[in-house]
Amino acid sequence: MTTQTGVVPSGGGLGVAERTRRLLRDRPLIPLTALLVLLVVLMQLAQPGVVTQSWFGSTIRAAVPLAILAAAQTLAMLTGGIDLSVGTVASMAAFIMATQTGSLGPEAAIVLALLAALIAGIANGIGVGVFKVHPLIMTLGTGLVILGLMNVYQLVVVQSGTEIPPLFDWLGSGTTLPWLPNNLFLFIPLAALIILGLRYSGYGRLLFAVGDNAVAARLAGVRVWQVHLALYIIASLLAAIAGMLVAGLVKTASLALVEQAVLPSVAAAVIGGTSIMGGRGGYSGTIIGALILTVLTSLLIAMQMPEAVRQILFGAIIVVVAAVYTRIVDVS
Amino acid sequence: MSAAAQARAPQGAPVASRLRHWAERNSWTLALLGLFAGILLLTYLIQPTYGAPQLQGLAVGAMPLAMAAVAQAIVVISGGIDLSIGSMMALSSVTAAVLMKDQPEAFAIPVVLGVLLLGVILGIINGALIVITRVPDIVVTLAMSFVWAGVALVVLASPGGGSAEWLTGMVKGPLGPDFLPRALVVLLIIVGVIWIPLRRSTAGLSLYAIGSNRLAAFRSGVSVGRTKVFAYMLGGLFSAFGGLALTATTGIGTPVPGAYTLLGVAAVVLGGVSLAGGRGGVAGPIVAVFVLALVRTDLTLLGVNSNISTVIQGAILIGVVMFGSFLTMRQART
Repeated sequence: MTTQTGVVPSGGGLGVAERTRRLLRDRPLIPLTALLVLLVVLMQLAQPGVVTQSWFGSTIRAAVPLAILAAAQTLAMLTGGIDLSVGTVASMAAFIMATQTGSLGPEAAIVLALLAALIAGIANGIGVGVFKVHPLIMTLGTGLVILGLMNVYQLVVVQSGTEIPPLFDWLGSGTTLPWLPNNLFLFIPLAALIILGLRYSGYGRLLFAVGDNAVAARLAGVRVWQVHLALYIIASLLAAIAGMLVAGLVKTASLALVEQAVLPSVAAAVIGGTSIMGGRGGYSGTIIGALILTVLTSLLIAMQMPEAVRQILFGAIIVVVAAVYTRIVDVS
Repeated sequence: MSAAAQARAPQGAPVASRLRHWAERNSWTLALLGLFAGILLLTYLIQPTYGAPQLQGLAVGAMPLAMAAVAQAIVVISGGIDLSIGSMMALSSVTAAVLMKDQPEAFAIPVVLGVLLLGVILGIINGALIVITRVPDIVVTLAMSFVWAGVALVVLASPGGGSAEWLTGMVKGPLGPDFLPRALVVLLIIVGVIWIPLRRSTAGLSLYAIGSNRLAAFRSGVSVGRTKVFAYMLGGLFSAFGGLALTATTGIGTPVPGAYTLLGVAAVVLGGVSLAGGRGGVAGPIVAVFVLALVRTDLTLLGVNSNISTVIQGAILIGVVMFGSFLTMRQART
């Protein structure tokens, strides 16, 4: 702590500790990746021989839906918002797709599911952007409304059963080259689009601008409500894709399919270095965050921790990572 | 204090003017009370036999959420948010249920006090972590919600335990006249005894100060960190009351947290507390909880599918908040 006395003039004279700290601050991916590697090593120590190609494959396969859900969360958090409806929207899309495939055919069912997510996104966007409702409340409210509507819908389609379209069956649970999960074919282009879009596109910069200072952005001529509207539509569509992937993975769909992933999606974004206050962060960290959470869960299961202890450690680790991260970034 | 009192209402001002002043400051809560009365009237029109026993049931059912709403309101007023309230309630509830099972009635008194102390400790841990790590409130309490729910599972793996007779007796039935539910009286006494003196004290003022403008509060000599811990401590204390209410009303403890955290946030916002902090009180959220509970009752009485009632509750939440922000926007323009 003694090395952290104010800003040292640029040029020589920086201590090793200070230089390391700055490196960690400017390149948050390095410590996060180190943590991920550490967890994988621990996994190997806990169950020697478990870390194989197929283990990597199944870990990635489980992490991708969480990473996509966390993408929605990351974008929302960059503007200083949060989207608590992602779980409900994802479950809704999966459920609509699975129940309509039998009667409408796979393509129409997928389109219908995305359309429903689009409507949810528009509702969130109008509430947050136009009516300035706090995102926490708005997305919570839409989540409640959607959940109720879906319960009614469930009664209507109770006989039709669920059927996963071949496309999402293949994407969600299939593998290529024995172990490479197929959902990477969807995820890699999507992730590249988000990462590059955030860095180079005008809209990406607007998200940071709104999150950093919405008033300044508005005075600079940004139509903030349009940014919010587009953001919550994108978030809902991402959530829908994640939900359909989960449905393909577990080969069924229910109304509570993705609900338990909402808090981990927030956690993945936070661990990945996106500030919940807005204006700072990025998607590459979130991907590592989702991987860390997935490996952590399987590590705790491998160590035969009971559910209760798993939850406690899960929460404790999120606090510790967030605390270390805040400490590194804040002292500048 | 006299200067503050004078600013609020000049000494010797006519009673009518003071009353108007008071009504203006509590307009949102009064409007909610009016709404509650209106819905109650509607209930009698739908179901003429709706009477004292149903009112008592309403109060018993609403008590845990009302405690959760008070806990959340205090934290939100101080500029934070506590997403671990549901988990703390679950932990308090199972702790009480496990300790009281098959024990003599008198033993439950130290148990209740112990659980309240437990809530205080949980809240202090939440607040201290936020202050020490400087991680945003929402992140810390989100993570701690996992921790407390996990501890609740360690204490009791599946629903069980028991409740002392007198604790259950405290919330069930009427008190005095038939139409006065005992649960409501107990709720109002607990909240009133803690909140009313607090709100008039320096500590209470500090809560509003750090929620309204942290920097200004700091420069005025308020210890921001200590006040924040204090706010979360009160949140933990009321969560423990909520957990005890759960055990008392159901007779057992359930380790899986209910939807109290987020429903509490909803009630707080409906109750006129600004999520930005520094505004509102605990009366509004309590009335909001009863409005929500009564709306659900009415929908059930009308034979509306319970899923549609969820939709309507969500729509009410969004609608009221939109209306509120619409009013604020119009005020800002004129």
